[in-house]
Amino acid sequence: MSLDKKQVKEIAQLARLKIDDSEVQQTTAELNNILNLMAELNEIDTEHVEPMAHPLDMSQRLREDVVSETDLSEEFQAIAPKTGKQHFLVPTVIE
Amino acid sequence: MMHKLSVAELSKGLKNRDFSSVELTQHYLKRIDRSDLNAFITVTEDLALSQAREADSRLTKGDADVLTGIPYSHKDIFCTKGVKTSAGSKILDPFISPYDATLSHKLNMEGMVMLGKTNMDELAMGSSNENSYYGPVKNPWDKKKVPGGSSGGSAAAVAARLSAFATGTDTGGSIRQPASLCGITGLKPTYGRISRYGMIAYASSLDQAGPMTQSAEDAALVLNIMAGFDDKDSTSANKDVPDYTENLNNSIKGLKIGLPKEFFSEGLDDSVAKVILQSIKEFESMGANVEEISLPNSAFAIPTYYIVAPCECSSNLSRLDGVRYGYRCDNPEDLDDLYLRSRSEGFGEEVKRRIMIGTYALSAGYYDAYYLKAQKVRHLISEDFKRAFQKVDVIMGPVSPTPAFGLGAIKDSVSMYLADIYTLSANLAGLPGMSIPAGFSNNLPVGLQMIGNHWSEEVLLNAAHQFQTQTDWHVRLPENI
Repeated sequence: MSLDKKQVKEIAQLARLKIDDSEVQQTTAELNNILNLMAELNEIDTEHVEPMAHPLDMSQRLREDVVSETDLSEEFQAIAPKTGKQHFLVPTVIE
Repeated sequence: MMHKLSVAELSKGLKNRDFSSVELTQHYLKRIDRSDLNAFITVTEDLALSQAREADSRLTKGDADVLTGIPYSHKDIFCTKGVKTSAGSKILDPFISPYDATLSHKLNMEGMVMLGKTNMDELAMGSSNENSYYGPVKNPWDKKKVPGGSSGGSAAAVAARLSAFATGTDTGGSIRQPASLCGITGLKPTYGRISRYGMIAYASSLDQAGPMTQSAEDAALVLNIMAGFDDKDSTSANKDVPDYTENLNNSIKGLKIGLPKEFFSEGLDDSVAKVILQSIKEFESMGANVEEISLPNSAFAIPTYYIVAPCECSSNLSRLDGVRYGYRCDNPEDLDDLYLRSRSEGFGEEVKRRIMIGTYALSAGYYDAYYLKAQKVRHLISEDFKRAFQKVDVIMGPVSPTPAFGLGAIKDSVSMYLADIYTLSANLAGLPGMSIPAGFSNNLPVGLQMIGNHWSEEVLLNAAHQFQTQTDWHVRLPENI
């Protein structure tokens, strides 16, 4: 499988990354180079192999649904790029 | 000359009041100031001196812990309250962490002294430290060579004795490979041994923190503090922490060492192979038994890792969007423009490549062919190790196919990925791995890799310490140190 320039632009949009037209060709070549390396896996028969879900064969630990964090909203807002009235501000989405 | 002392020796010196923690801290700060290795992103001089004064007061009162007053450098991937935590990325350059990582907290509670935050490949992605927003780190053994990565600043800082030890993280070799290239001791523990809370995530099923030290004895002392269960990390293992120093002096007579034939085949530099085989002979002379083993799927570790890790990173890094913290682009036109430009201006090239590969591999229609396939092969790689550890106690081989390469020498991503061939599989299987200094090739250090079964850090540390009682590679220093 190899990617064309149109697909690379779509992937970039999905990942919220901007690619200029001048960069598309090189990025496409680099990504295809990496995907060629991945193709080695097709040599292996994995039909009866379970995918590995955890490096230690452990299941996810659960906990009681109780409040465990103290309120740090002031500290978190203090380092935000833009805030107002205890909200994180971004450009207007809905008029 | 204090900087030539190990953590174990410094701890004794501080307890005997041969020198104070403030004197020791000032000594290291001066060394950092004079150094041109670019090993640090931030030097926390004022904080270090205040922590050192606090440590001295505990030492004087006699309520000091084992490592109280020891100065260290902290990889810039660990959140440190009130101190910039950039992970080597422009996108986190403005980020002053509002909280401490569990590991930072533990080192603080012990009364250790943080000298600064070390340089690293951006968001831990890289094997040469050339992907840092803050410029590459130089290898103290040859300033035209790379120190390895991603924990390159930490490795260089310890090798040049700019701190007594350093912290690191290892997702695909990021502790072991720079430790090998800089001639220090590095330990990546079993997955889940050290809390990942507050450690900026790259690939959550592979990431693990560990100590980067002058010796195995120091690694044991530091791991004692770092290890342990943490309720705040859902993948932290609820398992007792032994005293890792306890078995260091045990004899390794009868230790069964496996040499995977796949680790000694094509691609391994002859001079590295020579050093590794010589060090294996040293283990044999101490009474260990060596046999050849096979890890048949190990060659597939590269494609497997470079699917799994980018998939996890594309998900983890979606949080870096310019909204709540970190870098935001100037004058965004609308929300989409804010996301697109903040991320595109904030991330470096390699990080963008991995995010895109991960986004593609997880997208509808391609998930089975890439992500699911890779997780299946990961299972096969893990099974290879299970079979091997039924026969042997420790697996040994090279860490890296070559000694440190030149700054700027490897230009394309795939060639850089291939250099990770021997380290990736331990992360995929969640196993502990270590690099210890084993010799030199053209005046550049070469590390021996040791991989153990899950939770066998004591076995690795014991074997490494015994090797270090018989050899002096780990105390050799670069010129003018």
